[in-house]
Amino acid sequence: MSDFDDILARSARALASGIRRGELSAVDVTQAHLEQIQATEPALHAYRCVTSELALEQAAAVDRARAAGAQLGPLAGVPVALKDIFVTEGVATTCGSAILSGWVPPYQGTHAQRLADAGAVLLGKLAMDEFGMGSASENTPFEPVHNPWAVGHVPGGSSGGTAAAVAARSCALGLGTDTGGSIRQPASLCNLVGLKPTYGRVSRHGMIAFASSLDQAGPMTREVGDAALALGVLAGVDPSDATSLDAPVPDYLAAVDAGALGQLAGTTIGVHRRALELDGLDAEVRARFEASLAVLADAGARVVDIELPHFEHAVATYYVLCTAEASSNLARYDGVRYGLRRARPSLRETYEATRHDGFGVEVKRRILLGTFVLRAESYADYYGRAMQVRSLIAQDYAAAFTRCDMIASPTSPVPSWRIGAKVDDPLALYLLDVFTIGANLAGLPAISIPAGFTTSSPRLPIGLQLIGPHLAEPALLRVAAAHEAATAWHLERPPATGAAS
Amino acid sequence: MPMSDYEVVIGLEVHCQLATATKMFSGCGYAVGAEPNSQIDAYTLGLPGTLPVPNRAAVDHALRLALAVGCEIPPLSRWARKHYFYPDLPKGYQITQADQPYALGGAIEIPDHARPDDPLATTRVPLLRIHMEEDAGKNTHADEHSLIDYNRAGVPLVEIVSLPALRSAAEAADYVRELRTIVRYLGISAANMEEGTLRCDANVSLRPVGATELGTRCEIKNLNSFKFIEAAINAEIRRQVDLLDAGEAVIQSTMSYDPGRDQTKVMRTKEAAADYRYFPEPDMPPLAIDAAWITAAKASLPALPWARRRALVEFGLSAYDAGVLTADHELANYFDIALAACAELRGQPAASLAKTVCNWVTGELLKLLKADDSDDTDSTSGRSLAACPVSPAALAELIGQIEAGTISGRAGKEVLAKLFAEPGRSPTQIIERDGYRQVSDQAAITAMVREIVQAHPQQLEQLLAGKDKVRGFFVGQVMRVSNGQANPQVVQQALETVLEQLARADDKPDPS
Repeated sequence: MSDFDDILARSARALASGIRRGELSAVDVTQAHLEQIQATEPALHAYRCVTSELALEQAAAVDRARAAGAQLGPLAGVPVALKDIFVTEGVATTCGSAILSGWVPPYQGTHAQRLADAGAVLLGKLAMDEFGMGSASENTPFEPVHNPWAVGHVPGGSSGGTAAAVAARSCALGLGTDTGGSIRQPASLCNLVGLKPTYGRVSRHGMIAFASSLDQAGPMTREVGDAALALGVLAGVDPSDATSLDAPVPDYLAAVDAGALGQLAGTTIGVHRRALELDGLDAEVRARFEASLAVLADAGARVVDIELPHFEHAVATYYVLCTAEASSNLARYDGVRYGLRRARPSLRETYEATRHDGFGVEVKRRILLGTFVLRAESYADYYGRAMQVRSLIAQDYAAAFTRCDMIASPTSPVPSWRIGAKVDDPLALYLLDVFTIGANLAGLPAISIPAGFTTSSPRLPIGLQLIGPHLAEPALLRVAAAHEAATAWHLERPPATGAAS
Repeated sequence: MPMSDYEVVIGLEVHCQLATATKMFSGCGYAVGAEPNSQIDAYTLGLPGTLPVPNRAAVDHALRLALAVGCEIPPLSRWARKHYFYPDLPKGYQITQADQPYALGGAIEIPDHARPDDPLATTRVPLLRIHMEEDAGKNTHADEHSLIDYNRAGVPLVEIVSLPALRSAAEAADYVRELRTIVRYLGISAANMEEGTLRCDANVSLRPVGATELGTRCEIKNLNSFKFIEAAINAEIRRQVDLLDAGEAVIQSTMSYDPGRDQTKVMRTKEAAADYRYFPEPDMPPLAIDAAWITAAKASLPALPWARRRALVEFGLSAYDAGVLTADHELANYFDIALAACAELRGQPAASLAKTVCNWVTGELLKLLKADDSDDTDSTSGRSLAACPVSPAALAELIGQIEAGTISGRAGKEVLAKLFAEPGRSPTQIIERDGYRQVSDQAAITAMVREIVQAHPQQLEQLLAGKDKVRGFFVGQVMRVSNGQANPQVVQQALETVLEQLARADDKPDPS
């Protein structure tokens, strides 16, 4: 037992206030997390790189600023780590791919910049599925990431490194990205809070594109309040992203504090019952979902049934659109200007060898699918049709929100699985996105929060998802906070954290 | 079939680089002719995580062009991605506008080739559309290696697409000339074909005269001078005539022009054409151009070349002079300012001075400017005009002095040359300093004339015998003796007086 254990037990919010009040030094807080990385990494492989020196410098700067009486930012001294999809000036950024090997960005992305401006300390970059394409963080030429709740199991994906690091307390909060569930699903598999904001709420500048119309960055944390704290720092219009929303940034922490009072009277939660009849829905996941609904109802929320008539088409629609956009977004990796180059006698051979060696199997599969659907002769049947269905799905949600404030569902139909168990069945993995994809297609905010564990051994976390209308992050945070206040799942500590709980 | 039995059908696609301080979708600066790879930023290089943000100034430039040529502006247009792999294309796709361009319709007015006798007769070449896009970089191939310069990558372009409404290579060249003049009037592009800020592709097809269906077209790429536009189109017409006459079909192809052989040759056929996999650009919302923006852009439009040509002709200038003055926006503006200033100085109606001012501007002034700057045919005199050391007000002052008889026209030319050499001086200063002021003193000049007449009895005899040419000799002698300062009109009058006196003296009986 050390002071460091006290530090690691704290939420990001509590660390920030401790540092602001002078109870903790930022250097100690950073040191504690660097030691935790040392302790947990051999088993987890969550980090792609650790920026210890930079982190200690930033922490020392926070301590100096505090000593000088300077105003501290909302995340001053809080150790954060970023999915390796975020561009960090001067810090290697691979996006989980061999094709970006050796690339050190010459510019700072908006996320790293806003976190730094808020005083956050950057601990390093986190492992992921290559270009965000995957649900288990196994689609990568690097080591697969393990789940701190059950080593040998996947942490989910594609933000699996972030999930593992936050769950293992090797960072106080992490940033993930979510194209079809890549924040929420790993949060669900690792007993975390994962928030995918409204499309455009957080800038995409400096977030390496997978599918531009679906990608959105968001926080992954152990508590709802930390997600609100981080979102407040990240949200807001960005002149470098023409799709970022120019809407005022509300006080997300106030929404959390209101929710923590546990009063949900006046809030209506919609449930799409038909979706729960899905073949692949795990019985324990379903049981935990019903238990969570009971928690919300106990707090005063009304639970109503809603319909999402085009729900079944979401996965197919998603995989047409995301592969089309990916095939385009990944065209720039040609070995000419940065990253991997396999020099060959001709330009065409150089392209082929570079992209052959640089991209993994799943990425190639999606580039091929996307290239196919965008061909002139297949465009109308695939991309054009998918865009039409996407509008119908968005209309379904809009219609549902006339009857409820938000929609609840399981986040992932199954808890974590053993590493390697599903790598040969991409279609089965695609179907696991069934509950999360709708929010991306419709551009809606969604959050996954801890909802308990399986009764089996090892105990595996299960998540609850809430999807809200456009810019309804405060409402989602309020209900999530109420659920958190009525449960204790978020306080549990995974076995693989190098210290007893 | 003789050539005259075919109708030539030409449509042009003209790319015009917009002269903005920054690029189409990023804040990266751009200057033509800068060191390779010095005009780049993270977006230009297509670095991961970068996003396009439309440049409002570029859109405004494009909008002004569309309004100037009468396009319809839909409230929303859309960006699209066009994919192909090439090292000069950093993202592997070009952002352009595909099925929803920002401007539809419109027309370019060109001289009517059916009425060559009327230089003001025009015909309208209808446009299909104009769209915006970003330029690619430039590859240079050297031995084993290729060098890439990304300066040009991301520079804003407009592509102006005509309907297949042109009927000859000469019309096509005129169309590009008119378009170039318009964009230069608007100040939105240097529009220089040699520098590549104006580029032209031509679609050429033939059909039997009277046919309504279009023939199979071939597209000639990269025509980078007016000479090549005409020559390449004519070469392609010859090629297609030969094919059709031989009973062969024209195959839809992309052509290049070889100026050495004066021939077009097939680069690729349609079967081999790339599938660009267009789809809507997800990184940017649709482009909204609202009524207020359109109103503001319209208000900023200058009078366009044909309107000004007609106005100048109404002012009494010849169509030729009007054409010379309006070929260049700066020149036309210079003329207008000089004429107004001159009219005010003289207290005369402008129309009465138009021809005089025109002669000075298109004659002496342009001659001095050209001597100053060895311009190629494609660049504007406007560029040198912008740096012209003689302001329109100064030229007006000079012309005013000539009109007032203070100096002679010949002295005026010398004063203008001195103004070029000594910018900052006024014409009046130079006239006074260098003694150009004309002697108009009748008595003094008459005395001078009398002296010269008496000194040349032989010539006098010839003149009196009716050889009127000798009059010039006397005037010239007076000008020489007066160092050019004698007012030639006064000299003429004085000569007249002296001759009359001599005649009278002869008629009178000798009093002695």
